[in-house]
Amino acid sequence: MASTRSASTAPALPSGQFLRWTWRQLTSMRTALLLLLLLALAAVPGSLIPQSKVDPLAVKLFADKHPTLTPVLDRIGGFSVYSSPWFSAVYLLLMVSLVGCFVPRIAVYARAVRARPPAAPRNLERLPASASYVTDQPVPEVLDRAQRLLRAQRYRVDTDSDTTGGAVRAQRGYLREAGNLLFHVCLVVVLVGVAVGSLFGYKGGVIVTEGEGFSNTLTQYDEFSAGALFDSADLPPFRLQLDSFQADFQLDGPQRGAPRLFEARGDLVSRPGAAPVPFDLRVNHPLAIGGTSVFLIGQGYAPVITVRDGDGNVVFSGAVPFLPVDSSYISNGVVKAPDAAPEQLGFEGFFLPTAVDTADGTPVSAFPAALRPRLGLFAFHGDLGLDAGAPQSVYVLERDGLTQFTDANNKPLRMLLEPGARAQLPDGLGSISFDGLRQFVKLQISASPGTTVPLVAGVLAIGGLVVSLTLRPRRAWVRARREHGRTVVEVARLDRVSGTDLGSDVQALVRSLQGEPTTSRSS
Amino acid sequence: MSTQDWATLSNQAVATATVIFALAWLAHLAEWAFGRQPARIPQPALVGADGAAGRPDATPSPPDRSAVSGRAGLSLTVLAFGVLLVGVVARGVAAERVPWGNMYEFATTGLLVATGVYLGLVRAYGVQWLGPLITGFCVVVLGLAFLVYVDAGPLVPALHSYWLVLHVSAAAIAGGAFAVGAAASAVYLVKARAEARDGASTGYLARLPSAAAIDKVAYRVHAFAFPIWTFAALIAGPIWAQYAWGRYWGWDPKEVWAFITWVVYASYLHARATAGWRGRAAAIVALVGFATFLFNFVGINLFGSGLHSYAGV
Repeated sequence: MASTRSASTAPALPSGQFLRWTWRQLTSMRTALLLLLLLALAAVPGSLIPQSKVDPLAVKLFADKHPTLTPVLDRIGGFSVYSSPWFSAVYLLLMVSLVGCFVPRIAVYARAVRARPPAAPRNLERLPASASYVTDQPVPEVLDRAQRLLRAQRYRVDTDSDTTGGAVRAQRGYLREAGNLLFHVCLVVVLVGVAVGSLFGYKGGVIVTEGEGFSNTLTQYDEFSAGALFDSADLPPFRLQLDSFQADFQLDGPQRGAPRLFEARGDLVSRPGAAPVPFDLRVNHPLAIGGTSVFLIGQGYAPVITVRDGDGNVVFSGAVPFLPVDSSYISNGVVKAPDAAPEQLGFEGFFLPTAVDTADGTPVSAFPAALRPRLGLFAFHGDLGLDAGAPQSVYVLERDGLTQFTDANNKPLRMLLEPGARAQLPDGLGSISFDGLRQFVKLQISASPGTTVPLVAGVLAIGGLVVSLTLRPRRAWVRARREHGRTVVEVARLDRVSGTDLGSDVQALVRSLQGEPTTSRSS
Repeated sequence: MSTQDWATLSNQAVATATVIFALAWLAHLAEWAFGRQPARIPQPALVGADGAAGRPDATPSPPDRSAVSGRAGLSLTVLAFGVLLVGVVARGVAAERVPWGNMYEFATTGLLVATGVYLGLVRAYGVQWLGPLITGFCVVVLGLAFLVYVDAGPLVPALHSYWLVLHVSAAAIAGGAFAVGAAASAVYLVKARAEARDGASTGYLARLPSAAAIDKVAYRVHAFAFPIWTFAALIAGPIWAQYAWGRYWGWDPKEVWAFITWVVYASYLHARATAGWRGRAAAIVALVGFATFLFNFVGINLFGSGLHSYAGV
């Protein structure tokens, strides 16, 4: 670069120069360091504020609790930190800085690998670790021995000679920079691989109750998200049938109630026309169907409920998944009977797998297994709001058009049913019965293609990292010259990364050069 | 021996180790207190041409009470390490699995690693000067670990995987080494400040090696821990998450903080190679890195939500 003008005093930089200045700033180590620290800082909010992609329910609860803060946070991407513009800006800048830093370094390194080891400095004794001695051996013999010794220590060796003598120049630890570059290149490959893979992948969730089945089509999913380049026609057409689900819990001791085993059993038809194959699905042991995997990620209870209307007609019948709220499997659920006459009926309820009687009637479950199952229900009549056209969650009752049934004391009517029991609604408007109990599983069905690339790159990155953190590039020089009929030998070493005890290292080299200890000077 | 006997043995061993660590700590504090007295012998220049740790001449005519206390502290630490090892192994036998299934077990194993790394460094580089911080840290964390104690027992289904062995052990090794690295960085900050103030410090500080030598030890420990942490958090963790939860990275709070820790330690490694950041700033970044690790272990486990809820309390 011919320009020596200082950027800070220049009144108006030519635009090319300004761009070059910006580029140099962006790719400097200092900027990379600041961006790294900024990345760490930018990642913090996402762990403190619930994230809609991680836990949508928690986001909803947060919004209810903080009505004024929520819109502000929403506008700045507080609920989707890791896809927000500011978080993306930080890591994209970091990527640019990284690439801009290591691409030129690759070129520099390629030249350095081909170049000879650096020539011996004029004054070896000025280096931090050097020694010299006088011997009767001729110069070529000394240099030859030095070459062999340094080669044995895995140095790359070269020699110079002049009129009075000669010198050996040697360097080792070339792989350090290679490891460093490998690490950074692999880091970019990991990130690009993850990004590309997510374009083609998909992830869906579905609740399947014992005795029911699931066909892998878009309409069957409760929730589904896919990458931009995913085509729903590519969903593999498998079907699975859930026969039974087993949940074991610790029965005694301080960890009583802790889950011990979750196992789902059933049959899998991997494609239309194929023979059903039994499967058993456990946590940590997903079911692989081609490139798609089925994971067991949750479970709960689905009471079998029948609703009759005022005319005695069955207007609802089936197993209703109740979503667990805590580790004792107190669960909440909703039943909607839009076909009931004269009025539509709706129920909100809770399920207790092992109900305990409490003085004030608070619903408490003492154990997650269904040892004493009870179904608690609040009943509503009126308009369920299903005709408005807006989609409704099956787990939420829209109460706007509904009137709650009350008991004789004008308090909300609460029914607590044991299995097989039936409760009549007031005014002959119908009845509800708790006919039996099944369990449901929450399955996640997903494909993440292209994970091999980031995985291999990640493992290579660690290899590169270890090499770059352990290898120490080192230079060594041995110069010998004839003086007054004897040979003066100077030895020096230089570490490019501080760390080792070079003084004793030089001493060791001197001793091996001499073959026997003689007077030597070290500084 | 029944599993109950092993569990009892483990509890007794961990409690005993805590007491021995406390004694070791007291010994190191005595070393420090005696070392504060003006040095009776002129201190030789500690910084050699090679920058290696110089130690003062340990042969004054009256017995050097500081040195005796220091040796007692080190011996007690070796003993505590052995007893804690018994505690961790017995815990594994009692639970019939690797003892890394909850917060209490991770804390005891992590401290075992930290003490092991420290003792290894004492052998290799003579880093007894880390003793006060390491033993103090062990006492405090073991004491707090009793607050999250749970009886030895089987694992929840999500932990039934051999990735428990790889992922959690790597995290414990990296965490233990980070603790030693943080201790070294803290000592570095103190020593560098003393050196900047008057050049020739007195008393206990003079017994420490040069700031440059301390910095070198800190760097080595971090350079050892960082690749292991990379493996634990960014390779083994995602692979297991893929098996258990069907996604390899989901920004779960634990994952977020593991990532933050990784980025901060990456910053430390870069800071050591950046003008204006070497030394003091880099050491502070290393301490921040350890703080993020501790927050991930304590804060996220106890007060956070998410999929990594294995504290067992």
